[in-house]
Amino acid sequence: MNLHEYQAKGLFREYGISVSKGIPVNNCNAIEEAINSLEGNRWVVKAQVHAGGRGKAGGVELVDTIQEAEAFAEKWLGNNLVTYQTDERGQPVNTILIEECIDIAEELYLGAVIDRSSQRLVFMASQEGGVNIEEVAASTPEKIFQVAIDPLKGPSSNEADQLSSLLNMNEVQKEQFKDLYLSLAKMFIEKDLSLLEINPLVITTEGNLICLDAKVNVDSNALYRQESLVKINDVSQEDERESYASKWNLSYVSLNGNIGCMVNGAGLAMGTMDIIKLHGGEPANFLDVGGAADSERVSEAFKIILSDKAVQAVLINIFGGIVRCDIIADGIIEAVEQIGVNIPVVVRLEGNNSELGSDKLSKSGLDIIIASGLEDAAKLVVEASRRGKS
Amino acid sequence: MSILINKDTKVICQGFTGSQATQHCKHCIDYGTNFMGGVTPGKGGQTHLDLPVFDTVKAAVSATQASASLIFVPARFGKESILEAAEAGIKLIVCITEGIPTLDMVEVKKRCDDLGSRLIGPNCPGVITPGESKMGIMPGYIHLPGRVGVISRSGTLTYEAVKQTSDLGFGQSSCVGIGGDPIPGSTFIDMLHLFEDDPVTEAIVMVGEIGGTAEEEAAEFIQSNISKPVVSYIAGVTAPSGKRMGHAGAIIAGGKGTAEEKFKALEAAGVHTVRSPAEIGKGVGEITGW
Repeated sequence: MNLHEYQAKGLFREYGISVSKGIPVNNCNAIEEAINSLEGNRWVVKAQVHAGGRGKAGGVELVDTIQEAEAFAEKWLGNNLVTYQTDERGQPVNTILIEECIDIAEELYLGAVIDRSSQRLVFMASQEGGVNIEEVAASTPEKIFQVAIDPLKGPSSNEADQLSSLLNMNEVQKEQFKDLYLSLAKMFIEKDLSLLEINPLVITTEGNLICLDAKVNVDSNALYRQESLVKINDVSQEDERESYASKWNLSYVSLNGNIGCMVNGAGLAMGTMDIIKLHGGEPANFLDVGGAADSERVSEAFKIILSDKAVQAVLINIFGGIVRCDIIADGIIEAVEQIGVNIPVVVRLEGNNSELGSDKLSKSGLDIIIASGLEDAAKLVVEASRRGKS
Repeated sequence: MSILINKDTKVICQGFTGSQATQHCKHCIDYGTNFMGGVTPGKGGQTHLDLPVFDTVKAAVSATQASASLIFVPARFGKESILEAAEAGIKLIVCITEGIPTLDMVEVKKRCDDLGSRLIGPNCPGVITPGESKMGIMPGYIHLPGRVGVISRSGTLTYEAVKQTSDLGFGQSSCVGIGGDPIPGSTFIDMLHLFEDDPVTEAIVMVGEIGGTAEEEAAEFIQSNISKPVVSYIAGVTAPSGKRMGHAGAIIAGGKGTAEEKFKALEAAGVHTVRSPAEIGKGVGEITGW
């Protein structure tokens, strides 16, 4: 789960972390009042979406007047912002963050993730902060410094000192960095984050550290104990079908092809997409029905797949380990009858009670093509999708 | 011989009386697993599936001398259950539970290492030594005692590899689902090491997926440490970058961890790769000449 920048900064404030002063607004009429309550005569306006790369895409601007700020809000509110980190439709902008302008002397980078290789919470920092940090990391990895936190001892000021020395900070900044580091690490752990990024972390012309941007991802496995964060989740940022699917415990991702897929298990679902592609087809989606696929969930999965009008054939690939294939077969029959599926459906059932399941399908009198194996299923569905086109 | 478990391994289950655990433990017992009992706090003294129930792992271990535990508890109890097992001296912990917070696993992994307990999973199908012992949720009957070691990050894709090697008559020495989470208890490297040392295992199948760098690290390890033939398939060539694919582990970040990169690393290490999940068994035949 992602937070918006303004929400992340709210969280930063709770932990006493210094961020620029700002006000989120969600309609043009609120701009004037917001700006009047801020200081200075120059402000930053930032479109709030769950994606990076906003600056390069025109989603962040400096404004000198209320009118310019209003024009920016007019342009973006209710529209979608497309960045290199979004899909081609972009993300809807419902909120604009207006912030006081900071006089920047230096732009640093500070990030934290759980590193799979070292199996530790790792902080990364660089003096080369700003929009090109990915390039910096790729071409000059020695400019990115890292420290890892001991999972049993927790964060320590030694790690902060190590980083601040490498970042060539003066004594005042080192003290500020120590507080910042320890607060961020505490927040990361207490709030179950999976990613935290401040780019840029700036040194102001007065020599103080301040977080200019804030990106926060929350570990989706930990949402049960992060109720306050779940409450502020902006569902408008999520794909409608994907969030509908998650209500049914289905994992769905829409893609650009025309072959709908329904598979149990994420790995096999990806494998199914791969083999469709190998046989010249294009998968329309990733859909993992999970281990406990009953008729209700199979029906819902069908509805989601078929709501994509590009879909011309559906492949159901189930390897029953936990699930019984005859129960899946019942679900398929029920769903096809209820929804009135009128495109070819290829089914491959393997594992637990698969023969009984295939038998039920072939005796159902429905137009279901039964495949004898994974490869056969891929061939049949690619063929069927071409038939669907003509 | 085999890795991790055999017919003598004494197994208990944590979360024993839950509905999922009951169903799967029954299958394990039917398969021939040397099941000693289980743990459900507050139900100690009862009998379940004709086996004794204990309040704690410690009590179960002292009564049964179990050395392995199969965990089916809800995700929010995952951390404490794994640690309870490790602290009670359980040497092999197989955690099926899905959805344990990543930061919990960071701590759990370190403490299991310190206590000398091997953890498989979480979020995995478990471990099986065909014909001897099954600790997991995989369908037992697709397995065949034999000579291929199978390691996989995915559940149902493991079954695919197993079925193909069974259909071709090769069979499996042991199969391990290491799970798809960002912080797994055991890695490909840990299992490759065990299969290399296992005399029954003559070839190894490694099924990976996009996300992380575990396959790249495994490739490096294989090059200098594994003498047995390895066949590998990586799922997710068609997965779009940046989109989440259901497993917490399957995230492509910053161009790293793509299926193409993993295939490349494995091929460079002399691994026989297959591009289709339907050709894993065939790949084993090609590389071994069986």
